[in-house]
Amino acid sequence: MQATTHTKPHTGAHEAHHHEPGFWQKYIFSTDHKVIGIQYGFTALAFLLFGFGLMMCMRWQIAHPGQPIPVVGGLLEKVLGEVAKEGKMSPDLYNSFGAMHGTIMVFLAIVPLAFGAFGNYVVPLQIGAPDMAFPRVNMVSYQFYFLGGVVMFVSFFIPGGAAQAGWTSYSPLATTIPTHGQAFWLVGMVLLITSSLLGAVNFIATIIQLRAPGMTWFRLPFFVWAQFVTGFLLLLAFPPLEAAGVMQLMDNLFGTSFFLPTGLAVGGKLADISGGGSPLLWQHLFWFLGHPEVYVLILPAMGIVAEIISNNTRKPIWGYKSLVFSALAIGFISFIVWAHHMYLTGMGTKISAFFQTTTMIISIPSVIILTCLFISLWGGSIRFNTPMLFALAFLPMFGIGGLTGLPLGFAAADLHLHDTYYVIAHFHYVVAPGTIFALFAGIYYWFPKMTGRTMSEFWGRVHFWGSFIFMNVVFQPMFAQGMAGMIRRMADGGANYSTANNPDAIGGLSKGMMGLHTVILWGAVGLAVSQIPFIINLFYSIKNGRKVANDNPWEATTLEWQTPTPPPHGNFAHPPTVHRDPYDYSVPGAAKDFTPQNESEKAGKH
Amino acid sequence: MEIPYTTQPRPDTGIYNAKVGIWLFLASEVMLFGALFSSYILLRVGALPENWPHGLLNIPIGTFNTAVLIISSVTVVMAWASLKMNQFGRFKIYQAITVVCALAFLCIKSFEYHDKFTHYEVWKTDGTRMTGHIEGNPMFLTKPKLVAAGKDKIKFTADPHHYSESKMAGRDHHGEHKHYEIELKDIKRLSAFVPAHSTYFAIYFTLTALHALHVLGGALVIAFLFGPGSKMWHTEPERFTNRVEVAGLFWHFVDLVWIFLFPVLYLL
Repeated sequence: MQATTHTKPHTGAHEAHHHEPGFWQKYIFSTDHKVIGIQYGFTALAFLLFGFGLMMCMRWQIAHPGQPIPVVGGLLEKVLGEVAKEGKMSPDLYNSFGAMHGTIMVFLAIVPLAFGAFGNYVVPLQIGAPDMAFPRVNMVSYQFYFLGGVVMFVSFFIPGGAAQAGWTSYSPLATTIPTHGQAFWLVGMVLLITSSLLGAVNFIATIIQLRAPGMTWFRLPFFVWAQFVTGFLLLLAFPPLEAAGVMQLMDNLFGTSFFLPTGLAVGGKLADISGGGSPLLWQHLFWFLGHPEVYVLILPAMGIVAEIISNNTRKPIWGYKSLVFSALAIGFISFIVWAHHMYLTGMGTKISAFFQTTTMIISIPSVIILTCLFISLWGGSIRFNTPMLFALAFLPMFGIGGLTGLPLGFAAADLHLHDTYYVIAHFHYVVAPGTIFALFAGIYYWFPKMTGRTMSEFWGRVHFWGSFIFMNVVFQPMFAQGMAGMIRRMADGGANYSTANNPDAIGGLSKGMMGLHTVILWGAVGLAVSQIPFIINLFYSIKNGRKVANDNPWEATTLEWQTPTPPPHGNFAHPPTVHRDPYDYSVPGAAKDFTPQNESEKAGKH
Repeated sequence: MEIPYTTQPRPDTGIYNAKVGIWLFLASEVMLFGALFSSYILLRVGALPENWPHGLLNIPIGTFNTAVLIISSVTVVMAWASLKMNQFGRFKIYQAITVVCALAFLCIKSFEYHDKFTHYEVWKTDGTRMTGHIEGNPMFLTKPKLVAAGKDKIKFTADPHHYSESKMAGRDHHGEHKHYEIELKDIKRLSAFVPAHSTYFAIYFTLTALHALHVLGGALVIAFLFGPGSKMWHTEPERFTNRVEVAGLFWHFVDLVWIFLFPVLYLL
C-alpha cells in the first residue's frame, strides 16, 4: 500500500481537480495549511530581505558616519525626506532603522518563517493530518500577521518616521519621543501578537487532536515536538507583552503613567503626568516575552536540523527522547530566566542571583540538544547536499552563539559586556548563522515537496559557502569590539569615544577596533551578494528546477514524504496509519536503508 | 480527507477540537489578564498611600453588576443544558437572557465611566488637594484645556472628604459639600478621574475596558448563536450544541475575570 509511494510518479494532478477554486480563494483567502504556509514563507522572506536592507544602511553609517549612503541614499532622501537629507543618515533615522531592523527580523521575518511557514506546511503533513484543526482561524492568523506587517511598514512614511526606541521599546524613552512611530509600532505588535496567538492555539490543537492513527507522542518527528513547545511559548509568553503594549499605548495616547516615574523631566521640563509608574515594569513584561521568544526562534530551527541530519546521515537521530525532554525542559525553564536581561537595572543582587542560576540551568537542555545532534553524525554515511551543509553549519554556529551567552548570563561578567557589541554578536550568532541557516536548510530540504522540483545544487553550494564565510566576517569582529567596550546603538559607530577623536581619553576605542567597522561593512556586502544566487535559484526553480523522480526524493521516513507531490488539498491519497518510530533509517534486515513511518511490520519484511 | 474530531471527541483525548482550542485560548487569556493583575500589584506596591485613591467607585452598582454577570453565567449553562435535553425553545429563552445581561452590564458600566469622567481632583499650589465636581459637569477637563479656553477660575463643589484622609473617606457622602471658586493660578494640576489621573485609574480603566471588550465579544457570539447561528440546530444539532458549549466556556472566563476585578478594584 503506502509503502510503495516513493516509487510512484506523483498523483497530485488527478487528486486536486475535484473542485477547482478561483484565484482569490486558492491563493489569497485560502484555508489550506500548505497555501497559508507558503504565504507566510514569501511574506517573511520579503521582510527578511527588507530588514537586511535596513541593516546595510546602518552598517554604512557606522563605518562612514555622516557620509551619503551609496546606491540607495538618493532614494531614501526622496522617500523619507528631511531625516535622510542629501542621502545621509541622521541619528533619528539610524535609531528608526535600528529599532525596526530588530522588530522586523524577529517578529516579521524569523518567527513567521520558522513557525508560520514551516510549521504550517510541514506539521500537518508530518502527523498525517488532512489540514490544521481550525483552517479558517489559520487564514485569519496570516491576515493579522500581514496587517501587522503593513502597519509596521507604513510607519516609516509617517511624519517623524518609525519607532526609534529600539526593538525593546524601553519606557520612558518610548513615550517621550515626540513622534507617532511608537504608537504604530505598538498597534503593529498587537496585531502580530494576535496572529501568533491564533497560530499557537491552532498548532497545539492540531498536534493534540489530529495525529494519524498510530502516531503516538513518541512517534512524532522531533520537528513536530519543537513546534509543539514553540506553540506553548507563543501562547503563554506573548500575552504579557500584549498587556504591556496596551499599557504603553495608553501612556503614549491617553497620558497615563504606567511606565513613567514620578518627577520625569522631558527636555528640561517637568512632564505633565501623574507619575507613579515603573519603567522596570515594562522591562519585566517585555522580557517575560523576550526570553521565551529566543526559544521560539531557536526550537523550530533545531527541529529542522534534526530532520535533515537524520535523513542525511541515514541513521536515527541519537537520543530522540533526550531531545524531546530537553525541548520540554527548555519550554518550562524559559519562563523563569527573563530578568537576566536586566542585571544592570538595579533590580537587586538577590534577584540577579536567582535569574543567574536559572539561566545556567537552561543552558543544560540546550547543550543536550546540540550534543545529541553532534553525536548523531557519528558513524553515519553523510550525504553532503545543500540542506545538509546548512544543517551542519548550524551546529558550530549555534554553539558559538550559545556558549558566548554564558558570560552574559553571569551578572558579574555582564557588568562589562552589557549593551556592547558583544551582545549583538552573541544573539546574532544564535539567530543569523544559527536559525537562518536552519531555515535555509529547511527551504532547500522541503522545496521538492512543495513544488515537485529541486533547487540547483551548485548554486545552493555557492549560497552556502558565501553565507557561511561572510556571516562570520560580519559577526566575529563584534565580539572583539564589544570586549573592547564598544557600546551598541551609537549612530556614529562609536567615533565619539575613539582615541582618534579623543587622544587623551583613557580606554577609548582604538584605531584597530574602529577599523573593524570597515571589515564588517564589506562582510555585509559579501553576505548580500551571496544571497543573490539563492533568490534567483528559489524563483527560477519553482518553474524550471529539475523535476523530482518520485514523491520521496530524499528517501525520508517521515510522513510528509509519503504524500503526492505537491500534496493536494486534504494531503493524503489514503488516510495514513503509523506503525513505527520517526527515524527508522538503516534498520538491520530491512530491504532499504529507510522505512517510512506508515509502512507496516509485514510490508517492511517482505 | 475531512478534518476529524470537529464534533465527536477524539477517543484518547476525550474532547473535540474546538474545546481544545478554547481551553488553549483561555490559557493565553489568563496570561494576558495575569500580566495586568501583576502590573496592578506592582503599581500599587510602588505608590505612595496618598496617591492611591480609595472608595471612589460605587460599590452598590459594582455589586449589582457582579450579580448581573453571575446570573448570565447561570443562564449560559442552562442554555447549553437545554440543548442537551433537546429543548430548543428553552435554549432560546436562556440565551436571550444571557445577551440581555451582557448588555445590561455594559450599559451600567458606561454610566459608571461617565460618572468618573465628570468627577475631578484638584491639586492646588499650596499643597492641598480636593475632589469634587466642576459647575456644568464638563468631561475630561485639564488645566491646559482651561488655559486654552481663556478661563481664569472654576466653580468647584468639593466632596466632604479627600480619599487620602482614610481608606473609607471617599465613600463618605454625608458630610458638607463646600462650594469654592478656585483661581486657575492656584491650581497646579487638575484632572478628571480618567486614566491619566493616577496609576490607579490607569489600571482601573485598562482592566475594565479590556474586560468590557471581552464582554462585548462574548455577547456578539452568544447573540449570533441565538439568532442566525441557531439555524445549525436543525441540520447539525450536535455541532451546534458544541458551539454553545465553547461560547459558554469563554463566557465563564469573562465572568471569572470580573469576579477578580470587582474586589481588587472596588473593595481593596
